[in-house]
Amino acid sequence: MPVGLEHYLTVSFLLFALGLLGVIMRRNLLVIYMSLELMLNAANLALVAFSRFNNKLDGQVLVFFIITVAAAEVSVGLALIVALYRRRQSAHVEDLTSMKL
Amino acid sequence: MDLSNILFYVFAALTLLCGVLVIANPFSRNPVTSAMFLVLTIISMAGLFVLLHAFFLAAVQILVYAGAVIVLFLFVIMLLDLKEESRRKIKIYGVIAGVISVGAILAIFLKSLRATNLQPQPSPSIEGGTAALGKLLFTNYVLPFEVVSVLLLVAMIGVILLSKKDLK
Repeated sequence: MPVGLEHYLTVSFLLFALGLLGVIMRRNLLVIYMSLELMLNAANLALVAFSRFNNKLDGQVLVFFIITVAAAEVSVGLALIVALYRRRQSAHVEDLTSMKL
Repeated sequence: MDLSNILFYVFAALTLLCGVLVIANPFSRNPVTSAMFLVLTIISMAGLFVLLHAFFLAAVQILVYAGAVIVLFLFVIMLLDLKEESRRKIKIYGVIAGVISVGAILAIFLKSLRATNLQPQPSPSIEGGTAALGKLLFTNYVLPFEVVSVLLLVAMIGVILLSKKDLK
């Protein structure tokens, strides 16, 4: 059976589920952030697969933009985590339950 | 079975295996280990991109993710002192609830994929090389391209403001 769109989509779904599981399960803020990256990557894989099997390049342009936005998001998020850590001395979600700093 | 199919299975298995090790490594709860397995996940995903003929995106994936994002992660992990954190236990109820809900979502995904009648596609012929992608980026998508550059500028200013010593 040749590898088609559904194979790539299955891998993408599994990877997305893994990322979601990491966000729910882990308690470390940094690992949660890495799981978010995993989910973004799963979406990228699905977009590239759709682009390939529909013979259109637009999906790949969208992935290009997603990668750019993800880079910006990671920099801002990590800066927030560092600022939070300076205040609270913790990067653990159970210690970060109040909205006021 | 030709080579590209075998390579697909190899890269897919590598991606998923390293993805599992990012979120639940049985040997180490250290965030540095997670970050290293995230690098492996991203590199094997770049392999999948190459199999999909998205050569430019594979290069960008390695450059931006494995090169920049993970280095940023490692910097922050080593900036924060997380030794005490790694000893805490994972809550068993959280794991059970997470597995159940994620399994339900995954079942919906796979069921919808099964129910969708994917037409036998015409043999794919596009090549995601730099020239084709660049042409599209600077003709049809030139406005989003400029907006994204402004977004990067905003993110840079935000990060500089956030990492000042006192948030005032």
